[in-house]
Amino acid sequence: MLSYVLKRLAQGILTVWFIATATFFAMHNVPGDPLTNDRAMTDTTRANLEAKYGLDQPITTQYLIFLRNLSRGDFGISFVQENREVNDIIREHFPVSAMLGVLAVIFAATGGVLFGALTALYRNRFPDYLIMFLVIMGISVPSFVVAALSQLSLVTFNNLIGFTVLPVAGWGTILHMLVPALVLGLSTMAYLTRLMRSSMLEVTSSDYVRTAKSKGVPATRIFTRHQLRNAILPVVTVLGPAIAAITTGGFVVELVFAIPGLGRYFVEAVQQLDYTVIMGTTVFYGAFLVFMVIIVDVVYGLIDPRVRLET
Amino acid sequence: MSELSASSFAPIEAHQQTQVISRPSLSYWQDAWIRLKANKRALVSLYIVIGLLLFTIAGPLVWQVDPAIQDIEQISQPPGTDRGATIVPDYEPWFGTQGLPGSGLRLAEPANSQTVRMQWDALPGANGHRVYRNLFPVGSELAYGIPLAEFLNNDTLYFEDRLDLQPGRFYYSVVALDARGQITDQYQSLTVDLERVTTLQEALERGLIDTADNIQIGDEIELAWHPLGTDYLGRDLLARLMAGARVSLFIGIGAPFLFVLFGVVYGSAAGFMGGRADQLMMRFADFVVALPFLLFMILFKIAFGIGPGESGVFPMLVAMVVLLWPATARLVRGQILQIREQGYISASQLLGANTSYLIMRHMIPNTLGVVLVTVTFAIPSAIFTEAFLSFIGMGVAPPTPSWGSMSNEGIKTMLTTPHELFFPALFISFTVLAFNLLGDGLRDALDARMRNVE
Repeated sequence: MLSYVLKRLAQGILTVWFIATATFFAMHNVPGDPLTNDRAMTDTTRANLEAKYGLDQPITTQYLIFLRNLSRGDFGISFVQENREVNDIIREHFPVSAMLGVLAVIFAATGGVLFGALTALYRNRFPDYLIMFLVIMGISVPSFVVAALSQLSLVTFNNLIGFTVLPVAGWGTILHMLVPALVLGLSTMAYLTRLMRSSMLEVTSSDYVRTAKSKGVPATRIFTRHQLRNAILPVVTVLGPAIAAITTGGFVVELVFAIPGLGRYFVEAVQQLDYTVIMGTTVFYGAFLVFMVIIVDVVYGLIDPRVRLET
Repeated sequence: MSELSASSFAPIEAHQQTQVISRPSLSYWQDAWIRLKANKRALVSLYIVIGLLLFTIAGPLVWQVDPAIQDIEQISQPPGTDRGATIVPDYEPWFGTQGLPGSGLRLAEPANSQTVRMQWDALPGANGHRVYRNLFPVGSELAYGIPLAEFLNNDTLYFEDRLDLQPGRFYYSVVALDARGQITDQYQSLTVDLERVTTLQEALERGLIDTADNIQIGDEIELAWHPLGTDYLGRDLLARLMAGARVSLFIGIGAPFLFVLFGVVYGSAAGFMGGRADQLMMRFADFVVALPFLLFMILFKIAFGIGPGESGVFPMLVAMVVLLWPATARLVRGQILQIREQGYISASQLLGANTSYLIMRHMIPNTLGVVLVTVTFAIPSAIFTEAFLSFIGMGVAPPTPSWGSMSNEGIKTMLTTPHELFFPALFISFTVLAFNLLGDGLRDALDARMRNVE
């Protein structure tokens, strides 16, 4: 198990290096350069600034410096907000996105497992049809529409009641987080529900469930001990990619609900062409996702002994 | 026991009836088509997809309205609004009407969407007046609305409003100013209902009427028809949806085809070569998979650097192909590895088939089903990606319509004119839904192993 974890970690570090390299060269292809802005600049100023940021070096040197700084966990200084470190920006905004993402993943996972199990239990009856209809809606309606509609209904609801039950936008308390997290987790929840349903149906027709039934095990016990536990496994495998989808999917939700997260900050940085912030955020996100997937895989190995045997 | 004679031992008639095939044999594709036809949901989705393609390709031929033309008389109009407009004479300057009957703030002429002319008597103690317009009554908090004009003497007691007039109700107020030009509590207000009008000249220019011969001042004509209403710049929503469909479906269908094609070539090459090359190629694919997708879509978009006047459709297409091929490559490689070990391949080789025959005759047809299913599922996610990026302003550049950018524009006026968001969102949802259900149906029909447990 330990060698497996180490192997995955080594792969992960290599992947992060690849992400960093791709980001670096993609950013170097951007037309213009970081010092091009609306302020007029004399040639001396420009040369001084280029020297300061190391932009006068050949690209290979710049790349090596970038990698060396990266290995120390230093993403450099923002070009737009003077003297502000990219690390600082990430430290300030990432917890917000992470909090939102964690809540969304919790919503998606619990909702997906619960609804998926329900649909399998009530297969081809009304609850199944209703939930599957909602699932198809959840997959087909774009997240920004869901976000806008939920915001609109919040406004109407608050107006109707006469006081603010849940805030419409902003960040701060747990009340601010509930609706955005739900919206963010919705499409993943729909996907997980579908997955859980088919895996549950597969488990229901398996031998060990039949054996348990013939032994006279009560139906609720079969459901919790045999069906649910086995059917959850495929859901755990896709949690890694699901976390990735939710973290980047946060852009829209952060934009619509005015949440000061890293996703919104990234979009702003791109609009202002803030090179170091863009590179830092991308590498940070990439590394985060890579290690998230590794953690999920390792956890999966712990839960399911069959996986451990294979590796 | 009865008597047996020689005739009892005559051979019975031979029945030459061997096994008969009871129905004609079906090819894989015929069989799949029959199964797809039996699936009602998939069939309906197929019709919807065909309808969407017709809407995109044949739509602009039927509804020949330029999506870029602005109908400034009908801005942000929801579908089915009253289109009547009365013909009025051409505009002429106006400097108050002498001896206008009545008192207080009053209209000099019936108000219409060309001009609102009002006149008032000097308010008590006023050293001047300021004119306001609002969409709501003044109320107890004295909210007058936006200031339109200010007169610092009592000579000018008339005002003509021509600013952005729309049919509907407006509330005008005149507020008295004190000696220093500050507003006082003295005001008078007026409720005005505007009627939509147009001049003969304009009606001719826009092609609302053919000739000016039979039309007199005061006649009512109908403005241009917008079946789905107009957007915030007065552009026809139906025409824009058609133009946007071209962009959204071009990316949504073009990108999956390209990256699946690349994935098939890459994956089958890796699977066929095997060994070291396979390992290396798949490791590279693993790296590409690990790139955070949306972030790199945005990175590539700025790395391409779209200039002014460019739509940004092509960079988006390229970025999607660069980032999304590995999933298909993995799938196809797995398939190829599996097929390579099949008995019929060995049999074929034994009969003298060469490599190209094996690929063309066995490998490709046997992976085609899986690939087709992948394409169908890739289309809705590509459409979503386009919409998502355009929505956050990182996709198609503004003058080019796409369903995503239209939603982005529509969401800003969601409270007042919801139809501008509703229609593009509806089209995105329907398209994604149709392709998802069609994908489900195709998977059930084409691939027995991937079949859903229903």
